[in-house]
Order: sequence, then C-alpha cells, then structure tokens
Amino acid sequence: MTAQATLSPPARPLARLRDPAWYQEYGVYVAVAVLLLFNALFTEHFMTAGNLRTQLVQVAPVVIVALGMALVIGTEGIDLSVGSTMALAAAFLPLYLGYGLVPALVVSLLAGAAVGAVNGTLVSLVGLQPIVATLALFVGGRGLALVMADGQLKQIVNPDLLALGTGSFLGVPLVVLIAGVLAVAVAFLVRRTTFGRQVVAIGGNRPAAALAGLPVRRVLIGVYVLCGVLAALAGILATARLTASDPSSLGTLMELSAITAVVVGGTPLSGGSVRVLGTVAGALLMQLLRATLVKHDLPDSTAQIAQAAIIIAAVYVARERRSR
Amino acid sequence: MNETTPAPGSPVRTPVQTPAPAGGSAPGPARAAEPAVKQRVAELVQRQGVLAVLLTVVLVASFVYPTFATLDNARGMTVQASFLAVVALGMTLVIITGGIDLSVGSVFALGGVLAAWASPWGFFPALLVPLVVCGAFGLLNGVLIARAGMAPFIVTLATLLAARGILLAFTDEGATTYLVPKDSAFAELGQGGVWGFGHPVLIALALFGAGGLLLQRTSFGQTLFAVGGSADAATLMGLPVARTKILVYTLSGLLAGLAGALSAARLSSGVTIVGVGMELDAISAVVIGGTLLVGGAGSVSGTLWGVLLLAVIQNLINQIGSLNSSYQSVVSGGFLIVVVVAQRYLARSRRTT
Repeated sequence: MTAQATLSPPARPLARLRDPAWYQEYGVYVAVAVLLLFNALFTEHFMTAGNLRTQLVQVAPVVIVALGMALVIGTEGIDLSVGSTMALAAAFLPLYLGYGLVPALVVSLLAGAAVGAVNGTLVSLVGLQPIVATLALFVGGRGLALVMADGQLKQIVNPDLLALGTGSFLGVPLVVLIAGVLAVAVAFLVRRTTFGRQVVAIGGNRPAAALAGLPVRRVLIGVYVLCGVLAALAGILATARLTASDPSSLGTLMELSAITAVVVGGTPLSGGSVRVLGTVAGALLMQLLRATLVKHDLPDSTAQIAQAAIIIAAVYVARERRSR
Repeated sequence: MNETTPAPGSPVRTPVQTPAPAGGSAPGPARAAEPAVKQRVAELVQRQGVLAVLLTVVLVASFVYPTFATLDNARGMTVQASFLAVVALGMTLVIITGGIDLSVGSVFALGGVLAAWASPWGFFPALLVPLVVCGAFGLLNGVLIARAGMAPFIVTLATLLAARGILLAFTDEGATTYLVPKDSAFAELGQGGVWGFGHPVLIALALFGAGGLLLQRTSFGQTLFAVGGSADAATLMGLPVARTKILVYTLSGLLAGLAGALSAARLSSGVTIVGVGMELDAISAVVIGGTLLVGGAGSVSGTLWGVLLLAVIQNLINQIGSLNSSYQSVVSGGFLIVVVVAQRYLARSRRTT
C-alpha cells in the first residue's frame, strides 16, 4: 500500500506491466479475471448462476479461515491449528444442540476462542515460535475432538442449524453472505480501527511496537483468539452444510489452503501488512482453478501441481519487490 | 556427539578463564563459575531432558504393563518408528540451518510408490529411482530457497502439493497400487532383519550415527550451525551459505525418499495415502528432541529420543486397551507443549544468568 507512493508514476501505461510490484499488487485479481474470462469462453455451463453459486458456497469456509489466518500472518505469525479447531467446533456442536441452536453455537465458538487463547498465550507470553505453538494444538486438537465425539460421525437433525448451511437470503446462500460480511468486517478492522493498526505495526517490527508502548501481548492474544473463533465458525458452517459432525476429516489440510489463499493474495509471510481483499481473491483463485481443471476433465493431481506452481509464482513475485 | 555444540558451550567457559590471569582477584572467577555450573545444568537438562523423560516413561510402563517390556513389542515398535526417524533426521539438519521442510510427508509417499513401481526391475532400481526423484525434489527446494531467496515454509508447502500431485498422477489418481514382488531382495530389505530387529531399524541407527558425525565432526556440520545461527554472519565469514542450504534440503529429500522406499519394502506395496501429516510429526520429534526452530542449535541424538518418545506414547495408548487411539494425539500434543515451554524457560534462564 505504502510502497506505491515511492514508485515513480509510469510514463507509459504499458510500462507498469514490466513492474513486478504491479503484479504483486494486482496479480491475483488479474488471475481471477483471466480464469473467469477463460471459463466464460471455453467452458460450458460455467457462467451459470447454479455453478457460480456452488463455487462460492464451497469457497466460503476457506475464506472465513483465511481471514483469520491473514491477521495472524500480518503479525508475522502462523496458525497451523485452524483445521483442528474446525474439527473441535464440529465435535462440540451435537453435544449441546439439545439446549438449542444458540447455546450450541456459543459453546462451539468458545471452544475456538479457547484454542486461540492457548495459541496466543504460548506465542506472546511464553514466547514460542508460532509454528511450534500452534503445532501442538494441531496435533492435540483433532485428537481432543475425536475423544469428545467418541471418534464417530454424528448426524445433525436440528433444522435451525441445517438452515444455516442450506438456506439463502435474497438468493445468496447464507454461508456466502456470512463470509462476505466477515470479509468486510475484517477489512474494516484492519484499516479503520486501532486494533488493526496495532496488528500491522506489531507484524512490521515487534520490538519497535513494544518500545512505542503498544500492548503487544494483548494484541497478539487477541489476533489468535480471533483466528480461532473464525476457524470455529467455518467448522460450524461446514458441519451444517455437511449435515453431519465429522471431527475425523473436517478441516484436514485447511491450514494449507488458508495459508495458500493468504500468500497468493499478496500478504507477505514476513508480516507487517494484511491484504483482506487479496486474501478473498486468493481463495477464489484456488477454488476457480480447481473447478476449471475438473470441468475440463483434468484429474485432481494436475490441480495440485498447478496450485503448487501458482504458490511459487506468487511468492517469487513478492520476493522481487522486497529485494528493492 | 553430546559434548560440543558451538553455540552454547564456548561463550560460557571463556569468562571463567580469562579474568583469572588478568586481574588475579578471587571473587571474579568464583562469581563467574557459579552461573557456569547453573548454565551447564540447564544445558544438560535441555539436551538430555527428553532422554530422561523417555527412560522414565519406559521404566514406568515396563512395571505397569507386562506386555510392554517384551522383545517382540520392542521389535514392532522400533520398526514402526524407524521410517519417521529417517525423515526426522533430515528435518533436524534442515531446522538447524533455520529452515523447515514441509514437503517430506509427500516426498516420503512418492518415494514409496516409486520404489514399489521400480522393484520388479531389481534391488538397485528400487532404491535408486526414489532416491533420484526425491533428491531432485529436495534440490528444487534448496535452489528456490537458497538462490531465489524464497521463504522455506512456503516453498516446501508448494512442493508438498506438487509431490502429492505427481504421486496421484503416477498412480492413476491413487487407483493403482504397485506391488513389491514377494521374496525379492528388496522385500527382504524391509521385512527381514538381524536378531528380529528389522533392517529399517538398523539402517535408521546407522544413518543417525553418520548424521551425528556429519554434524559434529565435519566442517559441513559446523557450517550448518553457523548458517542457522546467522546466515548473514556466515556469508560475511565466507561460508558457502547457498551451497550448504541446497545440500541440506537435498539431503532431506533423499532421506525422505529412502524412508519411503523402506516403508514400501516393509508393506510390500507403494501405498499412496501414507505420509499425510508426517512432516508435522517429524517437526514435533525434532522440537521435542531439543533442536531449536530458530536454528543454530540442536542435536541428532535428541531427535532420535523424540521419535522414540512419540513411538512409545503411541504404543502405550495401544497397550491401554480402554483408550481409543485418539488419545494418542492428545498426549503427543500435550508432551509437545510441555517440552517446548520447558525448553523456552531453560533457554531464557541460560541467557539471563
């Protein structure tokens, strides 16, 4: 955002296309647009309301998790435990549904907040590296979820919860609506609130932020709690969509998808900047890429290799800019 | 292997020795000697604490569960642990340089499938094909990290996806399982053994011995510590930082491929679904073993104890029939937190004294 001001304005419109910073700033949007254009021209039944709706519903949980991950990465951290948090939230849901939907939701979200609080405490107070701190709950969290659920898949019959997964408002699926609202809220949080500025400042230079009197520990714990709550919410929505609580497989490899979305969206792993819209576009890009390849009868393996190539390309472009 | 790490050991001793001839005053060395002892104790606990925990757990388990301390159980357990051990060895070296290798789980699975695919052509193709391909993956990681200057976490995350993708493409989306011919020399490598201890165990032990020597007794090993301590300082000292990093990631790829090949020989087939999440198990073992994720300090022996501790936990959960296997990850995760928090406080007390 700020680096743009230091660059001299391009003399000719095409000159900026040779500027790597331009690709980092807008590359992900261009890629999404190109992919959509390609599909509009060459893929049958792609630009239909039904298909786009499916794609958006599928990408919504990833977007929600990635929003929290973007905040954590903005503080130069990482949260590997998000997938396990989703499983934990899903395991808590059927246990408390007997009391009604709201208590069950509250308990599940609290479980996510608790995971985040543990992560945040380990990172900020104990001073562990984020990878190690969240690795412990990545390993333990899913085990705990399985213990809670007796390792079983439980059918969800509560109509209110199921409505959350399948219902829609003004033609937009509720899941997508929630993801969209959250994206706007997180963008507002980052750009317009003290907390958001503190997150970015701590990620940019933690010792400097501490010396400037920012409440580093409190903000770090807050960020991990937020990430945990968002992951739990994604777990709830995915469970509602699945119509069953499946702690053994829900959210597996979600941490990788979320990190990929954040990184492809242009947020550097070294912290100090959070790109919310880029993160959403990054998640969309990965989803569209996979969908495009599947619709053209290319196997899943090709999609995985293509994803790998895109990650490398995104990070390579980001590197060009940092080395200036 | 346990005597010298360059980082913590040497700066401790110098202040004790130097003031004595210079000033000649009694309190100087005495005051310095006391924290030195404290630091040594802290260092000993940090380096050998895992071994103590491991021995305690094994000892208690032997008394409580008669089926635990049997030779058969030890044989089964060590073979199970040997594959993770080989992968974790490579991970230790990578982490000592301050990096991380998330691709090992996928590369492990790819190595197994390639070994099983190549096994009908004989013993050496079955070993060489996975080693070459997985080594190439490691080389790719190393070049992208060291030459292009990209973050290890994200590069190896991408190769994690790529290796899994290539594996799926190679096995018709996981539908084909290549089998290792029965009674072939390659199958014997995985299933045979000496005194009932499987070949994979012996290979893992030999590799750990070699790894320990490499780390402590060669200039390459010392360079790893220097690079992990501070890549900039190492560059200024004229050490071949880029080459060292490329080598260490290649080594990690090779070891993951070898572990995959051994596992395929053991299972008689190239199972496509193995190795998911193995990178995190390996990192857990390395961290429990006292190697710091920030790089610059660590030991190969600690990793071995870390792997064994994870294996013993898994085995014990199985022995306690009433607990289901989910408890295993809860206990492992708990151990990980306790160990790293303890390490953190030990390291802090060492620095402040």
